[in-house]
Amino acid sequence: MAEPIRLKTPLSDEDVEKLKIGDRILLNGVIYTGRDAAHKRLSDLLKEGKELPFDIRGQVIYYVGPTPARPGRVFGSAGPTTSYRMDAYAPALIEKGLKGMVGKGMRSDAVKEAMKKYKAIYFAATGGAGALLAKKVKKAEIVAYEDLGPEAIRRLEVEDLPVIVINDVRGNDLYIEGEKRYRQG
Amino acid sequence: MREIDVKLITEKVRDLCMEANTDLGEDVLQAFDRAIEKEESSLGLEILRELKENARIAKDEKVALCQDTGFAVVFLELGQDVHLAGGDLKEAIFEGVRQGYRDGYLRKSICHPFTRKNTGDNTPAIIHTEIVQGDKVKITVAPKGGGSENMSRVVMLTPSDGIEGIKRYVVQRVKESGSNPCPPTIIGVGIGGTFELAALLAKKSLLRPLGSRNQDPELDRLESEILEEINRLGIGPQGLGGRTTSLAVHILMMPCHIASFPLAVNIQCHAQRHKEVIL
Repeated sequence: MAEPIRLKTPLSDEDVEKLKIGDRILLNGVIYTGRDAAHKRLSDLLKEGKELPFDIRGQVIYYVGPTPARPGRVFGSAGPTTSYRMDAYAPALIEKGLKGMVGKGMRSDAVKEAMKKYKAIYFAATGGAGALLAKKVKKAEIVAYEDLGPEAIRRLEVEDLPVIVINDVRGNDLYIEGEKRYRQG
Repeated sequence: MREIDVKLITEKVRDLCMEANTDLGEDVLQAFDRAIEKEESSLGLEILRELKENARIAKDEKVALCQDTGFAVVFLELGQDVHLAGGDLKEAIFEGVRQGYRDGYLRKSICHPFTRKNTGDNTPAIIHTEIVQGDKVKITVAPKGGGSENMSRVVMLTPSDGIEGIKRYVVQRVKESGSNPCPPTIIGVGIGGTFELAALLAKKSLLRPLGSRNQDPELDRLESEILEEINRLGIGPQGLGGRTTSLAVHILMMPCHIASFPLAVNIQCHAQRHKEVIL
């Protein structure tokens, strides 16, 4: 298996064009958290033509709602949540310049189309590996929607967060290809 | 008649919530090892090893295995010769959940269905009570995550669908769920009873230790056959392709109405968490 690729955020078109499905990536730099309720609010802002609470261009959103951190720790358990619930909101964010999403599970055709058209990548982190992934978060602060508790938008600084490329900018899908490769009968 | 103070129940539920969320059962770890021996996909192997490492970190550092620390599902087996004193049993269980999720730094994941406003303390808990013989109380806390629960279904099959109908439905459900429920999964199957009981049987079947056999030889065979078919789908660990889509299929069955053939499929992610205590 090839060595993982180190990638630093924010991501450019050039960064994401190089990636292909199955690539193991170690994400470094700033990423933002957001899941169901936060996406609803971001989407409402876009519909009203208002500014988002952070500049989304080149950024990566991690679909996660962490556990509270124990005293003395940077972050709580932090694995990905299932991504399809964000499908309704993702294309508009991608159009605004979002370059990466980290989650788990299949995306809709509309999201895949948007990823192709505007050049963005969908990565998977290991679902259920929250204790391990938490150790990759070096700094965390809430930037919006504190009232949402675990669903608030947080700015994270991550070091070597392990993810895998599921959808690339050419329309390939690792979930489809992987299953095809190992299906018997 | 034996008397048990409900304060003891609060204390035990608190501890079980924390323990279940940080200490993955030995049976699950052994199932990972068996899967590692068989897995052909290098990415799949990598995931399985990551899950073992994750369980080690969670236990050593008392951090939740998964950030989705679940709905607190509590199974209560209540001996008919026990008198519970000192307060409201339901409230005592809820208080245990409150304390466990607060003191264990577990995520509060329960909200109003319409407004989506969080209840703030992970209550209510789901309590399934069964009155049994004797003077003991058995409490099992089984936190259930949303991702795998969302992929679960109840269906009222027709008697003519037969065993083949069951196999087809369960395998199809796992196939359609793909990577969403965090494979490798455990598939809980409830057959018979009524609409609501089939679902409860499916959930209860998940409490059986992994690697153990079904005591009914016919169901034991059916479990193996369904598991084999599931693992031919190729979904693999985390849906990235591979041999290990599910670690086990567990079935519980009971008689049903002459007109009905209820079937429930409760999908459980690899973080199969449940801890119990007998008082």
